[in-house]
Amino acid sequence: MKRIKTTLALAAALLASTGLAHAEGVLNIYNWGNYTSPEMIKKFEDQYKVKVTITDYDSNDTALAKVRQGGSGFDMVVPSQNYIPIWISEGLLLETDPGKMENFKNIADVWKDPEFDPGRKYTVPWAMGIVGTVVNTDVYNGDVNTWGIIFDTPAELKGKVNVVPEMNDVIDAAVLYNGGTKCTGDLTILKKVRDTLVKAKPDWVAMEYGTIEKMGSGDFSASSDWNGSAFRQRLANPKIKFGYPKEGFVNWSDNLAVLKDAANVENAKLFLNFMMDPENAGMNSSFHRYANGIAGSEAFMPADMKDAPEINIPAEFASKGVPSQTCPPEVQELYTKIWTELQK
Amino acid sequence: MSEAAEVIEAEARRDVRNRWLLSMPALLIILLAAAGPLLIVVVYSFLTPGPYGDVQWQPTLSGWVNVFLERDIFDETLSLADAHVSIFMRSVWLSLVTTVLTLLVGFPTAYFIATRPDNSRELWLFLITIPFWTNLLIRTFAILQIIRNEGLINTIMIKLGLFASPVQMLFTDGAILTGMVYVYLPLMVLPLYASMEKLDFRLLEAGYDLYATPFQVLRRIIVPLVKPGIIAGSILVFIPALGAYVTPSILGGGKNLMLGNLIELQFGQGRNWPLGAALSITLMLIVMVALLFYVRNAKGAGGRHG
Repeated sequence: MKRIKTTLALAAALLASTGLAHAEGVLNIYNWGNYTSPEMIKKFEDQYKVKVTITDYDSNDTALAKVRQGGSGFDMVVPSQNYIPIWISEGLLLETDPGKMENFKNIADVWKDPEFDPGRKYTVPWAMGIVGTVVNTDVYNGDVNTWGIIFDTPAELKGKVNVVPEMNDVIDAAVLYNGGTKCTGDLTILKKVRDTLVKAKPDWVAMEYGTIEKMGSGDFSASSDWNGSAFRQRLANPKIKFGYPKEGFVNWSDNLAVLKDAANVENAKLFLNFMMDPENAGMNSSFHRYANGIAGSEAFMPADMKDAPEINIPAEFASKGVPSQTCPPEVQELYTKIWTELQK
Repeated sequence: MSEAAEVIEAEARRDVRNRWLLSMPALLIILLAAAGPLLIVVVYSFLTPGPYGDVQWQPTLSGWVNVFLERDIFDETLSLADAHVSIFMRSVWLSLVTTVLTLLVGFPTAYFIATRPDNSRELWLFLITIPFWTNLLIRTFAILQIIRNEGLINTIMIKLGLFASPVQMLFTDGAILTGMVYVYLPLMVLPLYASMEKLDFRLLEAGYDLYATPFQVLRRIIVPLVKPGIIAGSILVFIPALGAYVTPSILGGGKNLMLGNLIELQFGQGRNWPLGAALSITLMLIVMVALLFYVRNAKGAGGRHG
């Protein structure tokens, strides 16, 4: 009997403590791994007395699949811009109207009314960047500003090149390399793309995500990569250089949104507004090393970011960027077929 | 029928009924946790893929057709899906080599343990199970640290002057095999040991007394007697190796798919759940064939010695 009483007391204490946590407020964010500044989260927690929990995912498809099943328990998510129309049309996002929030004025003009979320009805910018190449110039000292690093690998780099296995990124790169346009359904181009990829693959050593660590350790001497990741690699090893492929490259952005089945909508709205504050966005960029689309946030970033070649696109390449967008399902199916054939 | 016989029969019937009742909870769990999800996989394999993953409730055979046949991307002709076939062949080949290697290493190990004095066998067995204490992922990353370009082996060999530059070991089929042999070795040793423990070592002495060479003793006495252990161990290694996911993706560098990775691709970026489901069932069918093979052989072995 005594034991039962103790158990009951313990259970009551437990309930009470979770009750308290609810009173203080919580916020569950579902985001890419290694992408959220801990200092910035601490600041938000202190300012609004909200306990933030962050859970990681590694790809847009993982996040989409998990949230679509329902009952994920998350309040916020950070999809890439080419996935946002899917999230909206599938009815997964809550229309929070960040465009009417107090800090909206801070969003840089080019990001105020993007094609993927007209009028910013759902999302707030988190980070934006480029898919390009990264090369260890100790191993290869030629031109890095070309997809040729990956698809026509120079002799010095043969057997040392990695490719980040984001299907759309890799195939888009090969499409641009062959003079096509992103999401093309043109079979002549796609046939060239398939041949380019199949011919290039024997020169690759791996198809992996962990480039920051493996470029640093010398397991890879070159890779396809994102510019913020390249920046972090250069900070560890100054010989590592980011390349803007002259054949064209994809500009992407990841954007913060609130889920329709969020339990903590008010806290999530506070966080949306919080992220549009230049100081907070600057803090976040100091961590993930990407640009963030909030005007004035540069003032709150470390000095080494202001002239970083990875963040400031050189004038000669500025026109080579193409925006990331959702490919139609029939093109996606062709991409998948080429991808499977590449991996056999 | 005598009264006594009737009583015995009634008792036997009650006994059978009690056994069924007692095993009900286990049977229910198996039914719900194994048969339920399996049924979903089977049903999904006959549906149409949704545009962003998931399925649409329109029945079609295209998931199954795509397992074996593919319409050429460019000229629309139907041909054997050689991408899938070569991934299947590769997985089967790597799993077979893994099985043979674990047998070659595991057999002497099990024999060694079985021939120790009674009181120290426990300790040896205990040592075999130690790797299970650590998560598979962590053990695989440990192997990666050993064989990578700036890893343990390359660093030592370069310091000793034996290698001029790092030898590429990571991201090769050799790396996948090393990882799989290491991971699955205990699954081979344990059933082998269970068979060898029952081995009557006096038979070996008798063999030697009759002038058999050590090789003849091994081939004519030990191997036939521990055959059930060899088969059970091989099955236990072959089946999980066939569906291995973590080891090939970390040590193989993701460049060449195995079956597990191919299935994962369909549920993720490929967005073709029906094809993924059909591939999973195909994998299960291969496993079932392997198991049938086992049952037939085990019966033969049991018949001879039983």
